[in-house]
Amino acid sequence: MIDWSPLILTFKLAVITTFLLLLISIPLAYWLAYTKLKIKPIIETLVSMPLVLPPTVIGFYLLIAFSPSNSFGEWLHEFLGLQLVFSFEGLIIASIIYSLPFMVHPIQSGLSNLPASFLDASSVLGKSNLNTLFKVLLPNIKPSLLTGIVLAFAHTIGEFGVVLMIGGNIPGKTKVASIAIYDEVEALNYATANTYSLILFALSFCILLTVYLINGGYLKQIYK
Amino acid sequence: MIEIAIHKKLKAATGEMLLDINTTIEQGSLVTLYGKSGVGKTTILRILSGLLKPEKGKIIVNGTTWLDTEKGINLKPQKRKVGFVFQDYALFPNMTVKENLQYALNKGENSKIVDNLIQIIELDELQNRKPETLSGGQKQRVALARALVQKPSILMLDEPLSALDSEIRFKLQQYIIKVHKEFKLTTILISHDVSEIIRMSDTLFEIEHGKIIRRGKPNEVFKYKELNAKFQFTGDLIEIEKQDFLYILTIRIGKDLVKVVADESEGKMLTVGDKILVASKAFNPVIHKIS
Repeated sequence: MIDWSPLILTFKLAVITTFLLLLISIPLAYWLAYTKLKIKPIIETLVSMPLVLPPTVIGFYLLIAFSPSNSFGEWLHEFLGLQLVFSFEGLIIASIIYSLPFMVHPIQSGLSNLPASFLDASSVLGKSNLNTLFKVLLPNIKPSLLTGIVLAFAHTIGEFGVVLMIGGNIPGKTKVASIAIYDEVEALNYATANTYSLILFALSFCILLTVYLINGGYLKQIYK
Repeated sequence: MIEIAIHKKLKAATGEMLLDINTTIEQGSLVTLYGKSGVGKTTILRILSGLLKPEKGKIIVNGTTWLDTEKGINLKPQKRKVGFVFQDYALFPNMTVKENLQYALNKGENSKIVDNLIQIIELDELQNRKPETLSGGQKQRVALARALVQKPSILMLDEPLSALDSEIRFKLQQYIIKVHKEFKLTTILISHDVSEIIRMSDTLFEIEHGKIIRRGKPNEVFKYKELNAKFQFTGDLIEIEKQDFLYILTIRIGKDLVKVVADESEGKMLTVGDKILVASKAFNPVIHKIS
């Protein structure tokens, strides 16, 4: 029987990360979609960096930043009681940064593709921008929201380098599935590694398939 | 009475252009802004509704200041009482026709006005449908109704009828005139269609290069009143053919092509693409260039 705890941990990490990412990405994507400030390209670049950087680079800098031996890490530890290196909380923060573009990009492009007149029309009808966002804009970009949620979720499940750098390999705390696979291969337990891999493979396939089915309108056709 | 004085630099296709409008609009009138594309007509509506801020300007509507750049007053679009019908209608796809109208209500406001508008604009059968299932003319009616829910003091329509065919166009003109009277609105309309302008509006502003170059009653501006004709149509000149000492003009009026004879002096004055008024007194048609 395999040890299920890495899979459960992975799942827990992905759910929490995705939820927090959604809260962060909606305002960020809204700002990016509508701002006219000149600083926009810089923020866009920062958001997109995790797409091109090796995960180990992000992991390395987070490790340095969160380390209690430097002032920011010390401040976190003393005032917030947070120890972010080699802990589950640290993994969540690292995952949020690492998966940020996967959530922000679909939402931002969804918003930019809506006719500009939606926001104008809603303002002229006397509605605040916040009201417009929740009643008009977000309901009309549901496919983009779904894409963002699923990509962020799937990407968090698949991450390896960042987790290894900042989380280490502590069973039940930071040993997620992808690391467990690496571990088992190192120990020449190919059978167990295969089980983990197969589960991740099947899970990722099902998640992505669901997105394409829903966003492609296939499900609607079946129900009709 | 609406007092407008606005200054704004615009980047037009032909380079920089200064939008400089200084005029008044009578309460309760139906005004048309007329002019080529890119002369600043839509910008004027956007500034009036507060979606765009001019560099310098003043807008006073029935004694209330909406904008005064000198005093630093600039009411948000939410605070100005305007109804705006956008060129692309801007109906929200996630809501039904009725929900689109209800969305415009203020919090806790009685929804009687919505039912009332559904009746006036005859949306009964459409009220539970989503915008994507509606035709252009139907969408236009919904957008018109939605713009009226807040009981605006100014109704603005940005080329509301340009995408519709002539039959539906005529019907919608009737709706606009009907609500204009029923709600005692001041209505500002952008239109390119001379016959539509003559039929609908009290006052016409012709705009060129960001400035009002002519204003007045449509029939005065288009100068055809003195013809005293029995019947008259407006159309576009499509072809000029010279035959001996006569000219034969082909004119598109609505969906039809009409051939009219013109004498040499008239023929020389005209070029293809001119807007033309064709009138008939008894047997011989009279033609007259309007723009």
